[in-house]
Amino acid sequence: MAVSRAKDKSVGAAQSPMLGAAMFAPAAFYILLLIGAPFVLAIFYAFSDARIGNTELHFAGLENFRSILQSPSFHKAVQNSIIFTVVAQILVLVCSNILSIALEKPFRGRGLVRFLILLPWVAPVSLGTIGWKWILDSIYSVITWVLVWLRIVNPYDTPMWLGEPKLAMASVILVHCWRLIPFSTVILLAGRSAMPKEIPEAAAIDGAGFWRTLFQINLPMMTPILSVAVLFGTIFTFTDMTVVYILTNGGPYDSTQTLPMLAFTQGIQASDLAAGAAISVFLVPVLVLIAYLMLRVAHRAEVS
Amino acid sequence: MAVVETRDLTKVFKEGELGAVNNVNLETREGEFLVFLGPSGSGKTTLLRMIAGLEQPTAGEILIGGRVVNDLSPRERRIAMVFQSYALYPHLSVYNNIAFPLKAQNVKKELRKGKVEWAASLLGISSLLQRKPRELSGGERQRVALARAIVREPSVFLLDEPLSNLDAKLRLSAREELERFHRRIGTTTIYVTHDQVEAMAMGDRIVVLNQGHVRQIGTPTEVYDNPADTFVATFLGSPPMNLIENGDVIVGFRPEHFRLAQAVGDAQKVAFNFRVENVEYLGAEYILSGSLADGRLEGKKVIARLLLGHSIEAGTTYPFAVPEHHLKFFDRATEKRLEPRVDARALLWQ
Repeated sequence: MAVSRAKDKSVGAAQSPMLGAAMFAPAAFYILLLIGAPFVLAIFYAFSDARIGNTELHFAGLENFRSILQSPSFHKAVQNSIIFTVVAQILVLVCSNILSIALEKPFRGRGLVRFLILLPWVAPVSLGTIGWKWILDSIYSVITWVLVWLRIVNPYDTPMWLGEPKLAMASVILVHCWRLIPFSTVILLAGRSAMPKEIPEAAAIDGAGFWRTLFQINLPMMTPILSVAVLFGTIFTFTDMTVVYILTNGGPYDSTQTLPMLAFTQGIQASDLAAGAAISVFLVPVLVLIAYLMLRVAHRAEVS
Repeated sequence: MAVVETRDLTKVFKEGELGAVNNVNLETREGEFLVFLGPSGSGKTTLLRMIAGLEQPTAGEILIGGRVVNDLSPRERRIAMVFQSYALYPHLSVYNNIAFPLKAQNVKKELRKGKVEWAASLLGISSLLQRKPRELSGGERQRVALARAIVREPSVFLLDEPLSNLDAKLRLSAREELERFHRRIGTTTIYVTHDQVEAMAMGDRIVVLNQGHVRQIGTPTEVYDNPADTFVATFLGSPPMNLIENGDVIVGFRPEHFRLAQAVGDAQKVAFNFRVENVEYLGAEYILSGSLADGRLEGKKVIARLLLGHSIEAGTTYPFAVPEHHLKFFDRATEKRLEPRVDARALLWQ
């Protein structure tokens, strides 16, 4: 009797529909309020002529989309966003793979190294990026200082890290990688330690060297977790504007302008809410497509 | 084919702690099936992994085919290993699993196909080549692992408890299959197991290990009939050998040699009174446990294994006997076996 009563009690809690809903409500409310509402509002604005400071609102149809598609800034932003995302993801994947291999086997001080590598992810983005703004400053840059000291760079013609279009893009990408690598490393480390230890050993016995084991055994076996890392990394990169905003504000001459940055500039700074909303909405189908493809790859790798 | 030899091979995982493997000296014979047998933690797998090159020895040498291989990587040792979990590559088809060692050795594609098909047909898995490992049964996985091991014709085979993942029924047929396989290819094979039945059934010779030390190397008959020490005596055989302390010696005899006195016949024998306390009926035989009921040996626990055809009842004392040549003697201090004593009877009854 006692056993069945105890069982009833535990099942009863789960069966009470009110309790389940009550526990679920805060999460649903939070998501709806902070993500759902602005999202619906953005779609709504994208089809209107909303402007900051203007109380009137008219339906504008596809007018906003037509005008942004014609804008050279938008074209530049799409192009930059793609370069920014693809290059950053490749760099992040390569570096985090190297790091996860290096950090897998125990060595003296591994805990400390793991902690240090995680720091860029843990520290607030703006704080780290402001640090980088100084590191890349046109006058006080430590990088320039070191290069001059090594006599690689002429002291009277130093590189303007954030002032020349190509260098600015490279700087923005590198800072973003610095920030994303820890996250990706942690995911890949988890993937590596989940792999049975006999598999790489069997590969070693079978005569496979380091590269063959890496590319034909380890990486294919980690496809599901790799695609999760890429999916998150892509979304973080594609939607990120902090690094660009703090370092270059999209300049010089739109050379680091990305879609989220452009949406902010147009919508908030230039008061054209409708155009900003249209640019943000433009991101949605792209991200949905990426997420869908990635999840499919992960699923297929799991099944086969 | 080649001979594997170890010289004073030692592995200490943590400085200051007991070694996992201590001063192991052994030498396989050409084409031999050598079994490493021991309880878990006896160092048998560590020993195998050092031979494979997956573990670096702390001291000592490993020789394969007369060449010291301590500093060679696994691939340079030309050995093949089957892991306890089989370690098949889950993302590759059976075909690509078997072809992997060939690819790693840069064997040409045309040659590869023929070799994979040869290995697959040898193990009867030709119809499974397009499947993925997860679509195979335990027995089929084992065969794929074996095919992957033989495909590049290694000089030595290392098998790490390859049957322990199979259910009891499959294990017997897989065991026979392994034996047949070894007879056919004749490659020197080292086989690790904790199962004494497997070791007895399959091994040309058995290396009995305990706490990283070799306790005995010998044929199944040698280790069973003439165990080198009390550990080997009790580790092999089920139920284990009866050991009776008596003065500075330990007297041992197998349960199947402890029989009703009238059944022993006229041979030289040592008689005991056996108080049977429990009778287990196992179908083909009885396991009798109880204690001796003679003077100095009063109360010593012993086990007898009796074929059917006797009526034995618990709680009764029967006259039992052991043929004299089946008595083993061990030194009580060192636990090593002593030469047969002529004064066996006198010793027991002194």
